[in-house]
Amino acid sequence: MSVIKKDAPGSNELLMGNEAIARGALEAGVQFAAAYPGNPSSEIIGTLSQVAKDMGIYVEWSVNEKVALEAAASASFAGLRSMSAMKQNGVNVASDFILNLNLSGVGTGGLVLVAADDPAALSSTNEEDSRFISKLGDLPLLEPATFQEAKDMAKYAFELSESINSLVILRSVSRISHAKGNVLLGELPREKKTARYDTSKIFIPVAAPLRHLALHLKLKKVQEMYETSSFNWYVGPEKPELLMVTSGSGWFYSQEAVRTLDLQDRVGILKVGTTWPLPAKLLAKHMANTRRVLFVEEVDPFLENNVKELAAEWSPEIGSWNFYGKGSGHVNPFGEINPDLIINALSKAMDKPYAPREANYGKKALEMTKSLVPNRDLGFCAGCPHRATFWAIKNALKLDGRGGFVTGDIGCYSIGLGPAGYFQLKTMHAMGSGTGLATGFGQLKPFGFDQPVLSVCGDSTFFHAAIPALINGVYNQSNFVMVVLDNSATAMTGFQPHAGTGETATGSPAPVVDIEKLCASLGVRVETCDPFDLQDTTDKVLDLVSQEGGVRVLISRRKCALVKAKEEKATYKVRVDPEKCVGEACGCARICTRIFKCPGLIWDKEKGKSRIDEVICTGCGVCADICPQSAIIREENK
Amino acid sequence: MNLTKDPLNLIIAGVGGQGNVMASQLVGRALVRENYYVTIGDTYGASQRGGAVMSHLRISRDSQFSPLIPEGQADIIVALEPVEALRVIARYGNPSTSAVINSRPIYPTAVTVGDAEYPSLDKIRATINELARKSWFVDATEIALSLGSPIFTNIIMVGALAGTGLLPLGRRSFEDVIQESFPGAHLEVNLKAFAQGMDLVKA
Repeated sequence: MSVIKKDAPGSNELLMGNEAIARGALEAGVQFAAAYPGNPSSEIIGTLSQVAKDMGIYVEWSVNEKVALEAAASASFAGLRSMSAMKQNGVNVASDFILNLNLSGVGTGGLVLVAADDPAALSSTNEEDSRFISKLGDLPLLEPATFQEAKDMAKYAFELSESINSLVILRSVSRISHAKGNVLLGELPREKKTARYDTSKIFIPVAAPLRHLALHLKLKKVQEMYETSSFNWYVGPEKPELLMVTSGSGWFYSQEAVRTLDLQDRVGILKVGTTWPLPAKLLAKHMANTRRVLFVEEVDPFLENNVKELAAEWSPEIGSWNFYGKGSGHVNPFGEINPDLIINALSKAMDKPYAPREANYGKKALEMTKSLVPNRDLGFCAGCPHRATFWAIKNALKLDGRGGFVTGDIGCYSIGLGPAGYFQLKTMHAMGSGTGLATGFGQLKPFGFDQPVLSVCGDSTFFHAAIPALINGVYNQSNFVMVVLDNSATAMTGFQPHAGTGETATGSPAPVVDIEKLCASLGVRVETCDPFDLQDTTDKVLDLVSQEGGVRVLISRRKCALVKAKEEKATYKVRVDPEKCVGEACGCARICTRIFKCPGLIWDKEKGKSRIDEVICTGCGVCADICPQSAIIREENK
Repeated sequence: MNLTKDPLNLIIAGVGGQGNVMASQLVGRALVRENYYVTIGDTYGASQRGGAVMSHLRISRDSQFSPLIPEGQADIIVALEPVEALRVIARYGNPSTSAVINSRPIYPTAVTVGDAEYPSLDKIRATINELARKSWFVDATEIALSLGSPIFTNIIMVGALAGTGLLPLGRRSFEDVIQESFPGAHLEVNLKAFAQGMDLVKA
């Protein structure tokens, strides 16, 4: 049974931050949730989708983040509490809607947007601090610092939204969303609301400047509420030598830094959970007690610069401060923060030395292990269809010989930019950008451009943002090949169903949007292939790039190996025949291990031959087709 | 049972796909049932595709800690893969660190390609023995294969961790969460995997 729907108030549970947010929404009585998956946000709506039927709520995976928020907003307009959750890039996608919704206001049902940022880009192409959307759109912001707070704030966010008829932003980061910790469960509501649109209401930002002014007045009201919020607290001496001002993930690190350096009597921590609009009076009260302030937050100096702006106004009355943080170089203004960085920042600001461990041991540990620990490059899983597609693309472009290249997109296949995909991807930006860029390259012929261009995108990315680019290419008669890597999964984010999988977020059957027919309806040439048939795929890629003019589509279709492994047993039992594999003497330059690079194939150095690692191999059998000696044997599993 | 240190810091390391998230979740849930504060920081995202992954567990009686262990502060390291034990002890180890290590390598592509060397198990063992207070090398993958699939490796390693007695948990606490986590047909084999893992270290 999912812990999320456990009807046991007071029960102490280990929850992922994202699960805690989902639980908070359930405790608030959320009835509608919509999102497009993206790490680190995916498990919020994913968790709700698992309990949706039992809890009588509606949950969907939407085609993209903008549509998700629009769908959720409609439920709010009809009086239901509703939410959407997205990663930082999703906030960008939805931003046009957000920056109109702020002016139109929301309905009588509270509307909450969870923005989950990925500092250090652990599973993103970019690094970004989405808190700025709050300032940009004059929208209230909440930042949980603990797992308990993730739940409690999610619940409160709905109440706040309803009290001011505004979208509320709950901002998390990877180390909250994807970490796990203790959460005491609260009560689940018993009542459900009926949805009805009050036709006397309009949600149109007419007279935008006046609404903008009204929005500022709303924020003033929120600021008053935030002054006494229980999400802000102070620990430390009455008059600290230095005050740490922190939010979100910075709270745990700040606490650990003070303890580690044994500065409890000299340093205070003001933890702010309501970071836009800032509780100015509360900040002024605490800052009046010290002359030195250290800001701890992830990623950009959002809190830091906003507090400095306030401080500039206070200084005639309260005086001035020495500020430490991202501006002073004490805290990194990029990447993640962590306990070491914050301990060191505090150590420097307080001039109190810190050594993480005995210096000799540290030196010895690093020296002894230095030459023994090889890097692990990211790669495609054993049996991944993307490896086969990139192999075919690489060979086809080489045979074509005109300097063709691939514009990339967002998904597992992004790994194709590195050795695993034979360095085929040359560009990667936003969802759908690969095809958008290809439409432009395909117009450059009058300027002497004569290289074939292929865009690649996954099936989920196709629906999300590549369709407008494809249509742009058709309408403007661009010249490129679009390769849809259809693995029937949103694999990178956790195998969520999408418009092409025939299943809804809650496991009900759904119509399949047929990529092939959709493309064909645009009048373009459409081919399909099975990437595991390397020859056929290579031939088709070559034929498509050879055809000049117009948009051509190749759908390379094969189920994700991880999904397949869960559903069925391996197709083949694969082994290397040691008699046939002649190793270095072959002349193949170890094509299987050195060039093809499937992790299921290893090089037995002692014997000088290739070998299958039976722990890793998933039995796809593709490597049998690349061995010039036919030394890799695949036998069908019965 | 009491913590030998507060917070007690445990790292479960491995390669994406080996199931370190499941292992950390089992240990974490067993501890929360005994009313400990537990914070887990797992590696998510792109590294799950063949990269080096870690789960940090911070265990405390009195407060919630951050999901990241500071440099040099690991008390226990569980490595699902031998080179990963080295990677982790290099940054997080100290003279009191204990380590439980699965001896079966997963070769990085850099090694299969020929750009990097994978150290011999003897070399790995000698290095760990020099850096750790106490260590156990176990053949978890081989036992997993004998139970029918390499996917049991993580549960066997949780069993091995239980066998060390370094966590304030009895056998029953682990078995209870395994019972909760693997309903139906998968329960028996997982309990067996856990028990065999425990025997590896007790023996």
